[in-house]
Amino acid sequence: GVPVPQEFPSEEKPQFPGASAEFADRLEFIQPNVLSGIPVYRVMDRQGHVVSADQDPQLPKEQVLKLYKTMTLLNTMDRILYESQRQGRISFYMTNYGEEGTHVGSAAALDDGDLVFGQYREAGVLLYRGYPLELFMAQCYGNASDPGKGRQMPVHYGCRQRHFVTISSPLATQIPQAVGAAYAIKRAHASRAVICYFGEGAASEGDAHAGFNFAATLDCPIVFFCRNNGYAISTPTHEQYRGDGIAARGPGYGLLSIRVDGNDVFAVFNATREARRRAVAENQPFLIEAMTYRLPPVPLPITPHAPTPFNSRGASPVGAKFPAFGCFSPFSRSIGHHSTSDDSSAYRSVDEVNYWDKQDHPISRLRHYMANRGWWDEEEEKGWRKSTRRMVMEAFERAEREPKPNPQLLFSDVYREMPPNLRRQRAALERHLQLYGEHYPLQRY
Amino acid sequence: RCRGGLWSRLPPLPAAPRRSAAHFAFQPDPAPSAYGETQKMNLFQSITSALDNALAKDPTAVIFGEDVAFGGVFRCTVGLRDKYGKDRVFNTPLCEQGIVGFGIGIAVAGATAIAEIQFADYIFPAFDQIVNEAAKYRYRSGDLFNCGNLTIRAPWGCVGHGALYHSQSPEAFFAHCPGIKIVIPRSPLQAKGLLLSCIEDKNPCIFFEPKILYRAAVEQVPVEPYTIPLSQAEVLQTGSDVTLVAWGTQVHVIKEVASMAQEKLGVSCEVIDLRTILPWDTETVCKSVAKTGRLLISHEAPLTGGFASEISSTVQEECFLNLEAPITRVCGYDTPFPHIFEPFYIPDKWKCYDALRKMINY
Repeated sequence: GVPVPQEFPSEEKPQFPGASAEFADRLEFIQPNVLSGIPVYRVMDRQGHVVSADQDPQLPKEQVLKLYKTMTLLNTMDRILYESQRQGRISFYMTNYGEEGTHVGSAAALDDGDLVFGQYREAGVLLYRGYPLELFMAQCYGNASDPGKGRQMPVHYGCRQRHFVTISSPLATQIPQAVGAAYAIKRAHASRAVICYFGEGAASEGDAHAGFNFAATLDCPIVFFCRNNGYAISTPTHEQYRGDGIAARGPGYGLLSIRVDGNDVFAVFNATREARRRAVAENQPFLIEAMTYRLPPVPLPITPHAPTPFNSRGASPVGAKFPAFGCFSPFSRSIGHHSTSDDSSAYRSVDEVNYWDKQDHPISRLRHYMANRGWWDEEEEKGWRKSTRRMVMEAFERAEREPKPNPQLLFSDVYREMPPNLRRQRAALERHLQLYGEHYPLQRY
Repeated sequence: RCRGGLWSRLPPLPAAPRRSAAHFAFQPDPAPSAYGETQKMNLFQSITSALDNALAKDPTAVIFGEDVAFGGVFRCTVGLRDKYGKDRVFNTPLCEQGIVGFGIGIAVAGATAIAEIQFADYIFPAFDQIVNEAAKYRYRSGDLFNCGNLTIRAPWGCVGHGALYHSQSPEAFFAHCPGIKIVIPRSPLQAKGLLLSCIEDKNPCIFFEPKILYRAAVEQVPVEPYTIPLSQAEVLQTGSDVTLVAWGTQVHVIKEVASMAQEKLGVSCEVIDLRTILPWDTETVCKSVAKTGRLLISHEAPLTGGFASEISSTVQEECFLNLEAPITRVCGYDTPFPHIFEPFYIPDKWKCYDALRKMINY
């Protein structure tokens, strides 16, 4: 029969459960705004001068020094470990060159107890939290001191005590996990936040979409922190996405979003601190897209003509100039490929690299800020550089000498308890080594 | 009302039933006396009971997935949201990789996560999170972190009309993955005890629930919580001539095959429900085959690369000299699970009986 006419509200408004908005009477497609997209929030200009005084977080001197010293120590550790990979001492390494500001700016804005899920290029966060050089190196060497028990490739750090979840190689898998952790933390009324780091390439993975959507629908106290460094291995951003970066996706999920200058530690700090505060207070997720640049390595000694751990006669640095303090940091002369398996000269120009190295580096920008306040000078710089090299070399030499863990550790932790099949397999390896042990590098373990 | 009009113009229905009867006969196990008062429950109700017990005992436990809030498409979570609150029993967006990833995160943070995947057929978007993440969390971190508090539940197996995407038994894909546990119950009594064990177990577990049994299997099930140990197969019936191994719905098929063998051939069968696929109870199965000398394994999942291959391979290694006949597998064909051809696809009692007969006469 004919349906009985129903009563609808008299105003002409759409009634769809899926979206509430006004009607539109003209056919018009929404234009994705890429050219004049979301602006980049910054506090300092490239010379380290604060642009608007009220945005200076006015961190105490000790904390600013800690930010600087963490970035530079990381830079030194990167140089040594990168070189050690080139020499075959460790199997693999990923440097953090150019992105140190994103690590320390955000780490400084968190509470110590906040849970960190990283991707693989956030070592500065762990270093800021006090993770010792010995343990970074132990993991890279897979030696007996490695809390990870030698199970993973280098740079897959983890630290329970410092709330840094162990890194895994698959990209973006940490994103929905971080959201679940935030949900559990919210239920526990712990006043803790979760921060989840990932690159702009990883943000293309389905897990990123899943994480953003779950965080928003389930009201999770989480800060999503995207390091947009311009490249995913060789793939530049214009082949990674067509919209206005990652920040523009946030509103699509219902996330409060911001884009910041990732090479400005104070911009990173301010955005992370406010996002963290509100995420916990309001139980809602935030998205920060930190724009930065991944610098490639040019393996050079730290000071010209000085003997290095790798060349006791000293080496003339290729094309290196170490201009007077204040132009750019010598720490930045070693600058990053994607990893030791990458040679980025295959896909980017020297001019592009030089621009970022000279004009816009988080370390030099912070150093200018410090120098402007009389908190740092060339003497301190020289002394600190020597210190970092000494500390890193000491840790490095110890790591080199340490044996690898007992091969029995190959079999444990698959489950909490060892099942019968693994006990049998472990015994089988033991018997095998008794007969064929000479063919295995047992003396190193 | 339906007989007039349109319907009267259609030819009358043939005498045969419109859809086939079930290929198995569920026989309830006797009610256990050790766990107190029991209640008549079907499989989905026994799941609800287990989840109820889990949420009552563990204040950190939460249940989530698609449509769990209103009770779930198979009614496994009916009443739980009202009882425990919307922060503990809640819907997620439609995204399996998100559901499992989210569940891992809850577990890593120390709370108990019970994730529902709506059909095992849809678990594959979560394969990376399960295999690369959940299974490896403890090992790769040197036991600094783990997601042992994660349990994933999914409806599993043939249902008469499910076709390609509502009938799958994907246990073989996951059996190849060290670090997770896989459990499949045959009945309400088994389901409640095994699910509670999975939830308590400090390793990530996948619990597959035979959907065809949700309503069809009814038993007296204890109201209070109880656990059944994982990685222990159960010998349902002892015998001397041939060992039959299956799990889930197929256990009921092989039980009937055992009766047929006794009646028609005078053959005495030992019937084993494997219960845990990973890590599996090699000792019970090998001990049985050492005694009987013959092994038949049956599952709905396709033959090639199915879990019967693993059992067969291990048993021939351990029991080679005991074997009187080649080990036989009666499984689904190497095709996707068909719709209208389901009665021909499934490893029914006639195929199992025929294979058994050939083994006896080998």
